[in-house]
Amino acid sequence: MLRALLLTLSVVAIAHAELCKPDAQNAFKVRISIKTALGDNAYAWDANEEYLFKAMVAFAMRRYSSKSSTQISNVLLCNVTDRVSFWFVVTDSSKNATTVPGSEVEAAIRMNRNRINNAFLLSDKTLQFLKITSTLSPPVEPSTPVWLIVFGVVLCLIVAGIVFLIVSGIQKHKKKNKESTERENLEEKVEVTLENGIPCEALDLKPGHINGVFAADDERFTSL
Amino acid sequence: LSAAPEIPKEDGRPKWDNKFQYILSCIGFAVGLGNVWRFPYLCQIHGGGAFLIPYFIALLFEGIPLLHLELALGQYLRKGSIRAWSTISPYLEGVGVGSWMVSVLVSLYYNTVLTWVMWYFINSFQEPLPWSACPLNENRTGFNEEFSESTAVNYFWYRKTLNITPDIAESGTLQWWLILCLAACWAIVYLCTIRGIETTGKAIYVTAIFPYLVLTIFLIQGLTLPGATEGLIYLFSPNLNTLKNPRVWLDAATQIFFSLSLAFGGLIAFASYNPTKNDCEKDAVTVAIVNSMTSLYASIPVFSVLGFKATTAYWDCLDRNIINIINEFDLPEESIMRQNYTSWISFLNSSYPEKIAGLKLKSCDLQEFLDQSVSGTGLAFIVFTQAIILMPGSQAWAILFFIMLFSLGLSSMFGNIEGVFTPLLEIQILPKSAPKELLSGIICLISFLIALCFTLGSGSYWIDIFDRYAGSVPLLVIAFFEVIGVVYIYKIKRFSKDVEWMTGRKLNLYWQITWRFISPLLLLIVFMAFVILQMQKPPIYTAWNPKYEGFPMKEEKVYPPWVQAICVLLAALPCMCIPLVALFHLVKQKRRSKDPSLVPSEVFSCQGANS
Repeated sequence: MLRALLLTLSVVAIAHAELCKPDAQNAFKVRISIKTALGDNAYAWDANEEYLFKAMVAFAMRRYSSKSSTQISNVLLCNVTDRVSFWFVVTDSSKNATTVPGSEVEAAIRMNRNRINNAFLLSDKTLQFLKITSTLSPPVEPSTPVWLIVFGVVLCLIVAGIVFLIVSGIQKHKKKNKESTERENLEEKVEVTLENGIPCEALDLKPGHINGVFAADDERFTSL
Repeated sequence: LSAAPEIPKEDGRPKWDNKFQYILSCIGFAVGLGNVWRFPYLCQIHGGGAFLIPYFIALLFEGIPLLHLELALGQYLRKGSIRAWSTISPYLEGVGVGSWMVSVLVSLYYNTVLTWVMWYFINSFQEPLPWSACPLNENRTGFNEEFSESTAVNYFWYRKTLNITPDIAESGTLQWWLILCLAACWAIVYLCTIRGIETTGKAIYVTAIFPYLVLTIFLIQGLTLPGATEGLIYLFSPNLNTLKNPRVWLDAATQIFFSLSLAFGGLIAFASYNPTKNDCEKDAVTVAIVNSMTSLYASIPVFSVLGFKATTAYWDCLDRNIINIINEFDLPEESIMRQNYTSWISFLNSSYPEKIAGLKLKSCDLQEFLDQSVSGTGLAFIVFTQAIILMPGSQAWAILFFIMLFSLGLSSMFGNIEGVFTPLLEIQILPKSAPKELLSGIICLISFLIALCFTLGSGSYWIDIFDRYAGSVPLLVIAFFEVIGVVYIYKIKRFSKDVEWMTGRKLNLYWQITWRFISPLLLLIVFMAFVILQMQKPPIYTAWNPKYEGFPMKEEKVYPPWVQAICVLLAALPCMCIPLVALFHLVKQKRRSKDPSLVPSEVFSCQGANS
């Protein structure tokens, strides 16, 4: 009895060893960089984390194929290094000692990549599935490009400035014209009343106006 | 003998609000984009601190004398370049016409460079910065093909901004976003120059002072960045051996010359709005020294940032190698750090040489990253933008940087436009009753329409051509004739008396010697050396061609013959103005002397009498 048990266990172990080894068929290499992602909050990679990983892969397979036949024991891990990196395969419980085709595993992981990343507090870059490319998220583009809005603001300011300067220029021009015509009118009026430098009003049109220059006191003339 | 000029005090000529405005305008004109993106590059490639020796010698014997000459000329004659030169001698009117033409050509392409600055400025408001993101390919599993070979910054510059064609003969289409920015730039120029110096005088307070503020901010920020000290040490450590290379002296002379914006006619125009009794000697020395100091001051933050960028690139190179090694040998994370990288590499190389060779690790050398020198638009739009992404708060830095570049360029544009505007105003191309606003509007509108061809796909190749041919050789020729014209045709004795009358003290020996002999000789040597060097270089340009095997290296191509003809035309046309106009006046004079019934032109009345 004991011998039979030992035999079955060793067969299973060998079978597992055969199924999960580096570059085996349908096996994937995973590389995890915890310290890069979390820095001081990094956790250590131990057997519990491996259990969680197996659970997440099983979850992904279940969600993808919608049949609840995949168990945690179906996910085999091997060659765990200090890096932390390891290989894993998913065995098919219905067919003995075979692995689920790589394309299925890949599709399942792809579909649930976000959930798997979040379970470990990692990202696509720090939890790498080496043969599975991740879909990159496109950059967020607002409906109107930002630069167009800024450009509109700048242009409005410029146009406002130009209009203001032109209008003030026209006003100044008009004021200058008005001032110069006023000044001309004033000068004309003054000219009309200036006659030889003497305002006409001062010129007395009375005859016999005594010329002050020559009309001196009688004392000026020598007395006869 | 020269009598005191009978210029009435109130001749209706616009004048500066105060002396500070005038000095600031001259400084703003001289200090431009070249102070930020050409001088640091020259310092770097010509032996760091050692470059300052030929630079200051050129400043002393070429820059300051020519600057003083132009300012004194404009201030004394109180006319723009064309009228000023026809007053000196009608045969020299061509010098004025030539400098007017150069101002037109340079204004056209200079404002297009400002268009690119504006485009980057308005894109800096986006978070994250558009030149940091990589465009994806169709099924979103990787990046766009053109990008994957080059970088995001290159992609944004060559594809999203310029949409450059792989060949100058392929014009491509008009890029509508560049047209919008070009319209905005010319509108800004119109807004600021609408009434000549009345409006530029106000605008210059902002555009000339603001760059210094931003440079100071960048200086403080730059010095705190890691790797800044390496960059500065690299820049300033003198290598006196480079002084044996005549190329260094030529570069110093041309840098001083083009940096001070001589021979454009803009400085003559600025000085013509001064009162005649103004100390132009002190002004010239002030402007020249401030310009050189600004170049030095600007190179400090530029090189701090370049040092930071080189250090970051070096660290990235190391980190990439470290990750590759860790992944290959499945070593735990953080077992290899940057500090013990070299010891690990030597250990692994001895134990597992084939594995290491298989990894194809790049050799990371900080010196190599520092040696990657760039100048011009490459410095601003590729190298600096990349460095800005790495800084914390990159949006703010990008906005500040591009506003600073815009102000620097705008204040230089004021000088260029003034060099175009003042002569046109004086030769009365529009009737006297027409307002000044109309003339400046027409200038800006026509320039905008012509500059539309720089917004084509091949536009940046054309701007390189204009920069290399229209903005270089003609200026040297014009400056040479300026000095010769003033010193030997107008006669230096007469000019020194004029300057003495203006400044109130006698011209000292330094000016006499430099004006008479040193500066013309230096200009002649520089001109000949420049032309010889240009002729030795084959007329090639580097094109951005994604289909080229060496992509992302630029492909070297030869200019097609019709483009070469345009290059020659651009360089020759302003120079040809000098003999052509002289010939025109000669023919007119001969015709007048043959027909005595014609009234002699008043221009000739005083010329022969004075010696």
